[in-house]
Amino acid sequence: MKTLKSLGYLLTLPLILLAWWWIATSGAANFFVPTPAKLAETFIDTWMGEKLLTDVLPSVIRLVVGVLAAIVLGIGLGLAVGLNRTMRAVTEPVFEFFRALPPPVLVPVLMLLVGINDGMKIAVIISGCIWPVLLNTIEAVRSIDPVQNETSRSYGISGLSRIRYQVLPSATPTIMAGVRQCLSIGLILMVISEMFASSSGLGFTIVQFQRSFAVPEMWSGIVVLGLIGVALSFIFQWCERRVLRWYHGLKEVENAV
Amino acid sequence: MQSNNPTSHAGGRTLPEGEALLSVRNLKKVYRTDAGDIEAVRNLTFDLGRGELVCLVGPSGSGKTTLLKCIAGLLGSTEGEVRLDGEVITGPPKKMAVVFQEYGRSLFPWLRVAENVELPLKNAGVPKAERKVLVEQALEAVGLAHVPKSYPWQLSGGMQQRVAIARAVAYQPEVLLMDEPFAAVDAQTRADLEDLIRSVWKKLGVTVLFVTHDIDESIYLGERVIILSSSPTVVQEDIVIDLPAERDQLETRSLPRFTELRHHVYAEIQKAKQGHRPEEAITMVVK
Repeated sequence: MKTLKSLGYLLTLPLILLAWWWIATSGAANFFVPTPAKLAETFIDTWMGEKLLTDVLPSVIRLVVGVLAAIVLGIGLGLAVGLNRTMRAVTEPVFEFFRALPPPVLVPVLMLLVGINDGMKIAVIISGCIWPVLLNTIEAVRSIDPVQNETSRSYGISGLSRIRYQVLPSATPTIMAGVRQCLSIGLILMVISEMFASSSGLGFTIVQFQRSFAVPEMWSGIVVLGLIGVALSFIFQWCERRVLRWYHGLKEVENAV
Repeated sequence: MQSNNPTSHAGGRTLPEGEALLSVRNLKKVYRTDAGDIEAVRNLTFDLGRGELVCLVGPSGSGKTTLLKCIAGLLGSTEGEVRLDGEVITGPPKKMAVVFQEYGRSLFPWLRVAENVELPLKNAGVPKAERKVLVEQALEAVGLAHVPKSYPWQLSGGMQQRVAIARAVAYQPEVLLMDEPFAAVDAQTRADLEDLIRSVWKKLGVTVLFVTHDIDESIYLGERVIILSSSPTVVQEDIVIDLPAERDQLETRSLPRFTELRHHVYAEIQKAKQGHRPEEAITMVVK
């Protein structure tokens, strides 16, 4: 009963939007807006075949590799910087500079430096995704509870053990908030990295459709992007619930008081 | 009335060389801030013998927490030294465990009760089987054997502080330092926890230094009470609590001796608050 109810909540709005779209397009046919039936047909024709392997899968793999690398690098660097006052003072202005750069402008630069390949596309994704994770990690580590620190010290928990047993777990809620932002940035950059000098991938394909006035196909590509976004978000939520079960419970108790 | 006065020392009691487990000698702590220096502790000297239960009591702002952190090796001293078993303390020693006032922040909320108790042992490389026994015994000793799988924040304040005590006990320290551990729990829980400390102390033979601002608590718990002056802190008086070893919340607290001791400590604290300083009194006599 409970799952049925939550499934109902999940599907209500999408169904309403679908119905609205169906009604709005059932009369006069607009060349630029396909009907739901037409789009569904195009979607299956376009993507449920060769393109799934040649365009969607490589894009998704690059996205996943880029995002994971950004998370690992962001947390690693964030720990190093956050735990060291001098490092923070030295790196902060530099970070602000690089963070302010919009990653799309880096695409031509990276093309020259890395070459036109998967490495360049992954580098673009990392260059944008790393910031929320890195900055959140620094902030989380910097603002660790001093009583927790003293507890660790008094029980001889120091160095790497301290990072493992105290610093990382206590920083996880803030880091996860950074990871959530990093996912949506990753999706945008995945598309953008494929729009320049590319011959395959989701972004490339959608641009091709746009340029050849294949309107329903273009729309179906956008739907694929949306679905990837939804899938990422669900995977993230599932992970977050496992990793941060203690945190959500703690917040519930605190809010109840 | 003279005979009713407790056995006392002006200044801290010291033991002959080699007999003390914990020695504090001429400890001074000055905090250097941008706005100028703050002298939190001026000059403290006292000894703790092996197996003693000593309470430190003083007016608020008398540097009790500072002193405890210096002893725990969490803060460096400006002058003087603290020795544990003859060795000068430069960082948190292995043979010491601290119970902090802020139990909610000292326990790790991402670990369950048993995991919190186990963590220091795991970090110290104690084998798994041994850890399991120590954790079970410690939780049993504080009356929490039934909630090992709960998270600390699911428990009441008093129970959380019990978890923190269990964590300290499982670590098998020689010295247990407690920094106003019951200041944030309600009165009834507090009475239970006081009895718990007495029973843990007796069972394990551990040396306890218990910091509090509560005069009644210090007398009820301690075998000895060290009274601190107001800041900058020196030892005002060091008295022996000659109450029966078996303490009971009702019986002991209604003993005439308890009331006498309470009067005495209270009067000393009042004197301390008014700025009476034993060192100055002594200096005046010498002059």
